[in-house]
Order: sequence, then structure tokens, then C-alpha cells
Amino acid sequence: MELLVSDLSVARGGVPVLEGLNFRLAAGHALILRGPNGIGKTTLLRTIAGLQPPLAGRISLDREAMTYAAHADGLKATLTVEENLAFWAAVFGTDEVGAALEGFALRDLRARLAGALSAGQKRRLGLARLLVTGRPVWVLDEPTVSLDVEAVAMFVRAVRAHLAGGGMALMATHIDLGLDEAAVLDVGPFRARATQEDHFDGVFL
Amino acid sequence: MRDLRLAMRAGGGFGLGLAFFLIVVTLVPFGVGPETGLLARIAPGILWLGALLACLLSLDRILALDWEDGSLDLLATSPLPLEGIVTMKALAHWITTGLPLVIASPLFGVLMSLPEAGYAPLVLSLLLGTPALSVIGTFGAALTVGIKRGGLLLSLLVLPLYVPTLIFGAEMARRGAEGTATSTPMLMLAGISAGVIALLPFASGAVLRVNLR
Amino acid sequence: MNLNALWEYANPLKFMRTTERVLPYVAVAAVVCLVVGLVWGFFFTPDDYRQGSTVKIFYIHVPSAMMAINIWAMMLITSLVWIVRRHHVSALAARAAAPVGAVMTLIALATGAIWGQPMWGTWWAWDPRLTSFLILFLFYLGYIALWEAIENDDTAADLTAVLCLVGSVFALLSRYAVNFWNQGLHQGASLSLDKQENVADVFWYPALVSIAGFVLLFIALVIIRTNTEIRARRMRALLARERLG
Repeated sequence: MELLVSDLSVARGGVPVLEGLNFRLAAGHALILRGPNGIGKTTLLRTIAGLQPPLAGRISLDREAMTYAAHADGLKATLTVEENLAFWAAVFGTDEVGAALEGFALRDLRARLAGALSAGQKRRLGLARLLVTGRPVWVLDEPTVSLDVEAVAMFVRAVRAHLAGGGMALMATHIDLGLDEAAVLDVGPFRARATQEDHFDGVFL
Repeated sequence: MRDLRLAMRAGGGFGLGLAFFLIVVTLVPFGVGPETGLLARIAPGILWLGALLACLLSLDRILALDWEDGSLDLLATSPLPLEGIVTMKALAHWITTGLPLVIASPLFGVLMSLPEAGYAPLVLSLLLGTPALSVIGTFGAALTVGIKRGGLLLSLLVLPLYVPTLIFGAEMARRGAEGTATSTPMLMLAGISAGVIALLPFASGAVLRVNLR
Repeated sequence: MNLNALWEYANPLKFMRTTERVLPYVAVAAVVCLVVGLVWGFFFTPDDYRQGSTVKIFYIHVPSAMMAINIWAMMLITSLVWIVRRHHVSALAARAAAPVGAVMTLIALATGAIWGQPMWGTWWAWDPRLTSFLILFLFYLGYIALWEAIENDDTAADLTAVLCLVGSVFALLSRYAVNFWNQGLHQGASLSLDKQENVADVFWYPALVSIAGFVLLFIALVIIRTNTEIRARRMRALLARERLG
């Protein structure tokens, strides 16, 4: 089980943003993507998650092994914390929500409506969703937004446990997680230059 | 997979379509006059039109909520195929909107002085036709999901697609009310519903995939 | 000629260069055909013994009605080409054709109403053919509106192509449904290539010329509009390249 990205170029709204990306992520390892806002980290993660086609290059990853968490948590405000998790557990064909509630200290909030949670609590619930999916590859976009120090530590613990279990994590983040064992990739140097003639609008040039 | 219904129920709007249907039926006699004979004659058509508009009203909620809170992205990367997701969405829409209309339609038939022979064909025609309305509507919702304030555009796209369903549905209800044979429009209506349910989710899924990228 | 050579015109620049050269001839031919066909039809054909001079609106009505349907068919084909082979010209041509088709439908409806008034004593009747054209017009409107509503060109091309496909199925279904719903008073198709007994030769030749005129006019308009689209896209592509620098 590994994630292999070779010579990948991605485009946002038809304009190429990153090109020539190569990296490899093996089981039990994490990779943190860094780079300034608007460089295309989200686009890259969405491409790896299979939501949009790559412009060029290859991504070798078993789609059935991957779960993706975006900026938005995808929570239903009118369902309780537990119901939200149970829904995703059912979608992914697992039934275990207890460990996820435990892992992000949501047990006391389990009967609360998701709409009544604070931003940080919502984020925790969004991250707890990763645990119920039972998928080995996590693709995370800014997982720590609106989390306090304690919750970030909770998240790091969850990631460590996940890696120890043979999982992988690929995430884009701006803050220092204290996840020292993770490799860091700065995507800045991969900013796309308009050199390719065969890209999206290239036929019009 | 059934649990998607749970998420949809959270979307609410259960009685809204029904209330809208009631208002349409209430307003019609004000517009055309209270004469029973006239009402009885136009009843099947008005009831069908009211059901269609009530369906239309809630279409933009089918996918928009999931789009806004990001669940659609997450669902698209989940083990469920998008075609299955849109089918479930359509089913959920039908259960929250179409089914109550079917159940309540005899009541509204009374308000519209529908002839006695017309009740069974009316209910049956709505039962056969409203699933098609939901599935076609989901296709429209998938087309317009990325567009801000796409509600009006959605109506413009979906209404022409509703024409065959409306024609056969209303025709069946009308023939029923007149006491003539209803089997031809009934077969056509059932055919449209079956065909639409079988094929259109593939188009909706493809369109949604395009919209998500 | 090798069929593959045709795909070379899928390159926008090649398409533009070629069509720009052809365009003047097509445009002139369109004008000539339209003027000849319509003048011939209006002034040099005898009045119909029943319908009098009103029959002459037929030289506009029939070609525009034919175009209304054929343009949709052309959009269906170009949409399929876009979906299968992803040639940009194909998608842009479909986009360019839609408003022309909508106008043709409107002309067919309007001339039909003007013709129908003295003939049937009414401007409008819910006759299957008329109703079908009205529905076709709605399809055109929806298609154009969807193109306009979406910012990303490729997304718009994909979505409208699927809409065109699905719409075609439903348009056929509607046609059938409408026939079932009401058998109307419109006469059957008055022109077809092998059924000349419908119309006498004196009417037939000017009608053919004006149909040719409408077809040529359509081709000219689509070329102009497609090239405008290509230029706009080209400009955006150049700007994007400059930004990336």
C-alpha cells in the first residue's frame, strides 16, 4: 500500500497551478504540504482524492483505500453528533463510532445537535469522521482550522495512532503540528509555468 | 445506503410542498369561479399541475444543501457511486414531496369537486408519475448545483422535461374522471417513469461529477 | 478523402483560418439565395386558388421550421463529438448554433401565427405541431441559459452537452406525447424530397432556393459566432499565459 504521484500537473478552473510534482508516501508515514495561499494545495488534494482529473501525470492510489476531508465538514446541523458519525459509518460500511467519539473527546456531546456546536467542536466532529471510515489513506485539507491547542494535540494523537496502524496521511496545513516524524513538501517550486502547449487552453494559442 | 434518507429528512421541508399544493387548489376557484361543473372538468389538470409545481418548489434543495456544507465532496469520495447517490436523493425527494402529494390528493380532489370515478385514476396517475418528476428534477438539480441562485434556471431547464409526464399523467386522470379507458396513458406514464428511473441517474451522476471538479 | 483529415479542423486555429476564407462566399451565396428565393416566391408565383396570397409566407415558414429542427440535430451531433472526442470547436459550434436555432423557432412560430390567422381564423391553437415548436423553443432557451450561467467554459460545455442529449430524448418524447394529447389542424409536412405531389413545381423551385438560402445563412452565422467564441477563448488563454508569465 503506497501513494505514488509521478509528474503530476493540476489545474484550477482550467488554469494550470502546479506541475511536475513527484512524491511517494508509504504505509505508516505522513506527508505535510506547505506553500502560500492560492498556490494550489487544495486543488492538488482534490485531484488526489479523485474529485477532478489531473492535467498530466499519474496518481497511483487505490480509491477504495482513501478518505478525504475538505475545509467544509459536511455535517448536518439537524442531526446529533452521534447520528452524523453513524451516517458516515453506514456509508463506509463500518459500525464503530465509539472509538471516534472517544478519540476527539466528543462522548459528552454525542446527543447534541451538530448545529449547536462551536466551530472547533464541529471541526473535531469532522475529523472524527476519518476514524469511522476505516480507510488507511487520509487526504486532509487544513485539518486544524479553528482547533485550539488541546484539540490539535488530540488530532496529532489520532494521526500517530493511525500511522502506527499502518495508515498514511497526506495533509496541507500552515501551522506546526509537532508531528516531527512527518515529511514536509513545499509545493512553492512547483508553481506552473506556461510552458506546455497542449494544456487546456493551449489549443487556442 | 438507506441511511441517506436520514440525512435527507434532516433537510426538512416535509410539509412545504403539501402546503403549496393546498394553496394552489384554494386559489384556483377564486380565479375561475366556484361553479362546480367547471371545477370538476378542470380538476384533474389543476391537481396535476399543482403537484408538479409543488415538486418543482423543493428541487433546488435536493443537492444544494449537501453542496454548501461539503457533504457532496465527501460523498463523492465515499464508496457509494454517484449514480446511487443521486438515485437515493431522488428517492428521498419523492418520499418527502411526491408521496405526501399522492396521499393527500383525494382530499384536494374533494375541494375541486372531482367526479367520483376520478379518484382512483388520479391517485394512481400521481403514484406512477411523481417518481419521474423527482428523478428528472434531480437531474436538473445536478446540472445547476454549482450555480449561485440557480433556482430560476433550474425551473427553466426542468419544466420542458416535465412535459411528457404531465401530458400522460393529466390525460390519465382526465380520462378517469370522464369514465373512459385509462390504460394507454397509464402504460405510457409507467413507461416514462421506468425509463427515467433506469437511465437518468447515469446522466445526473455524470453531470454531478463534472460540477464537482 | 480521408475521414481523419476532417478532424484536423477540430483545431480551433485551423478551423478559424479555413472558415474565414470560406465565409465571404457562404455569406454572399446566402444573400443571393435568400433574395432570389424570396423575391421569386413572393412576386413570381401564382396565388393559391384557396389560400390566395397568404400562401407565400410559406417561403419563410417552411425553411425556418426545417432549420429549427435541424439546428437542434446539429447541436446534438456536435455535443456528442464533444463528449466523445473533446474537440473544442465542436462545443463552441453547438453554443454558437443555439441562439440561431432559437430565432429560427421563433420565426417559424411567428410566421405560423400570421399564416394561421387568415387560414384557421386564429393566431394560435394548441395544435401538436405548434405546441411541439413551442416546447422546442423552451429547450433552446434552457440550453442557452445554462451556457450563460456557468463560468468555466469546459464545465459549461460538458453540462450543456449532456443537457442536449437528455433534452433530445425528452423532445422526441414530448412530440409523441403532444400528438397523443391532441390531433391537430396543421397540414402534414408540405415539402419532402420524394413527395412532390404536395406542391406544384412552380412553388417547389423557389422554396428549394430559399431553403438553401436559410441553410447558407445558418452556416455563415455559425461560422461568425464560432470564430467570435474562439477569439474570446484565445484572448483568455493568452491573458492567462501572461499572468503565469
